[in-house]
Amino acid sequence: MASIPEDAIHRQPETAEPPSPRLVRRVVYRHTLPLRIMHWINAICLLILLGSGLQIFNAHPALYWGQRSTFDRPWLSLGATQTRDGKLHGVTAIGSHRFHTTGWFGVSKVNGQSTVRGFPAWATIPGPQWLAMGRAWHFFFAWIFVINGVCFVAYALWTRHLTRDLVPTRRDWRGIGRSIIDHALLRHPHGEEAARYNVLQRLAYLIVIFFFGGGVVLMGLAMSPRMDSVLGWLVDLVGGRQSARSIHFLFAMGFIAFFLIHIFEVIVTGVGNNLRSIITGRYAINAEARDETHQ
Amino acid sequence: MKLINKRRRFLRDALALTGAVTLGGCDKLSETDWAPKVLGSATALSHAAQRALSRDAMAREYSEADISPVFRPNGSTDPQSPEYRALAANGFRDYRLNVGGLVAHPVSLSLEQLRALPNRTQITRHDCVEGWSVIGKWTGVQLSRVLEMAQPTKAARYVVFRCYDAMDDGSEYYESLGFDDAYHPQTLLAWELNGKTLPIPNGAPLRLRVPRQLGYKMAKYLRRIDLVDSFKSVEGGQGGYWEDQGYQWYAGI
Repeated sequence: MASIPEDAIHRQPETAEPPSPRLVRRVVYRHTLPLRIMHWINAICLLILLGSGLQIFNAHPALYWGQRSTFDRPWLSLGATQTRDGKLHGVTAIGSHRFHTTGWFGVSKVNGQSTVRGFPAWATIPGPQWLAMGRAWHFFFAWIFVINGVCFVAYALWTRHLTRDLVPTRRDWRGIGRSIIDHALLRHPHGEEAARYNVLQRLAYLIVIFFFGGGVVLMGLAMSPRMDSVLGWLVDLVGGRQSARSIHFLFAMGFIAFFLIHIFEVIVTGVGNNLRSIITGRYAINAEARDETHQ
Repeated sequence: MKLINKRRRFLRDALALTGAVTLGGCDKLSETDWAPKVLGSATALSHAAQRALSRDAMAREYSEADISPVFRPNGSTDPQSPEYRALAANGFRDYRLNVGGLVAHPVSLSLEQLRALPNRTQITRHDCVEGWSVIGKWTGVQLSRVLEMAQPTKAARYVVFRCYDAMDDGSEYYESLGFDDAYHPQTLLAWELNGKTLPIPNGAPLRLRVPRQLGYKMAKYLRRIDLVDSFKSVEGGQGGYWEDQGYQWYAGI
């Protein structure tokens, strides 16, 4: 966080010095009630699916490519070794690379005791090793996640939220280079431009909703032995059931990456304003007064 | 400005509280009587949806090249009861599979008699609830053929499998299937793995194969089969050893 230039934060609306007389603080209605509700249902679902998913992963903390498990050759494993003095060491192996990850992956403290487990107890639902309960949480919230997702897509199509707010316009595409630079420099849109999603934001949402969201559900289904009797084509497309499990995991990691960037952007573009807009719908922008408009 | 700060603080607190309640709450809820029941209700939905979508579709059958070098055994791998040891010592020559309960004709079959029935060989994948998969070639008789011999009565709704292996709590392993899975053509009572007599770690002399469900449904060391109208009065009442420990009865996912 130390790398954030001071002025980048101070330039935000509301935290900046009182707007100059030419700027008018205007509150726009940014997120409709159904979108706000679906956003928060989705957030809760993802949190629980992630925690319970890591719990399920911990039952066999190794991933493979192909139809079956090649037990001696996982591409990822969160394992443990024991030294002669009896101390446990967490070892994360990615391909042939091994990393010591004691405390995080492979070995972590459960009630003060060093314990062999893939992901640590604070990250899993429930905390203790409890596969049956993890599955119960996972499949219940998977249904809500899917139903909520279908409702969102239907709503987004019906209200043209998808085509109007999420699909980048031609002008957006032309400005993508500048937008990348602006994001890297933590320079965020102001005024009327802040009222709409910028191009990277649009692409991020589209990728997360349709690629990660759709993909994680399909890969979940591809892991179901019963569904595989009709989804054989999908299982083969990704290289097998163990590949589906790996990709399901990678999509989940993708969600974590999105989540971190999402939270970061929420903070640097004004926590209060952003949170209010996703809870009450109202989002403040500092718009230029009408008579002062320029290109 | 003050109002905005207050509102902001409220939003922040609300968010922090939501996070804490979600993560810490999940553990507490898991310990209640009612929450796991609510969560478990999703399984009925999954079962209904998967049944509607896949009906009698066949599990994928693989080629010889796909077979796992070792078919990883899990759970019990060497039952110790004197009864089982005696059967094993004699190469299971005295083994008999009894089929009873709600049937018109109770059946008792030796391995030889089972082998004389029309049999089926299939190379299918075995998915463990833990997440791993192995592929093996199974030979056995379709469960449907044995059920046809016994003729379940109209009242029968479930097939219960009782086993020889004692678990940690002293009870013997058991499992159950509904009729849709019991009569599926790939549901086998298998005595051969990868062309060889079924080894003890994999469930000798006879085990269940239900390739469209997870490994724990595929009971090993079969002792007898009972047709019942409800499994509520069997052992823990949830339809299987692992089901009694909280695992889902429907294990298609």
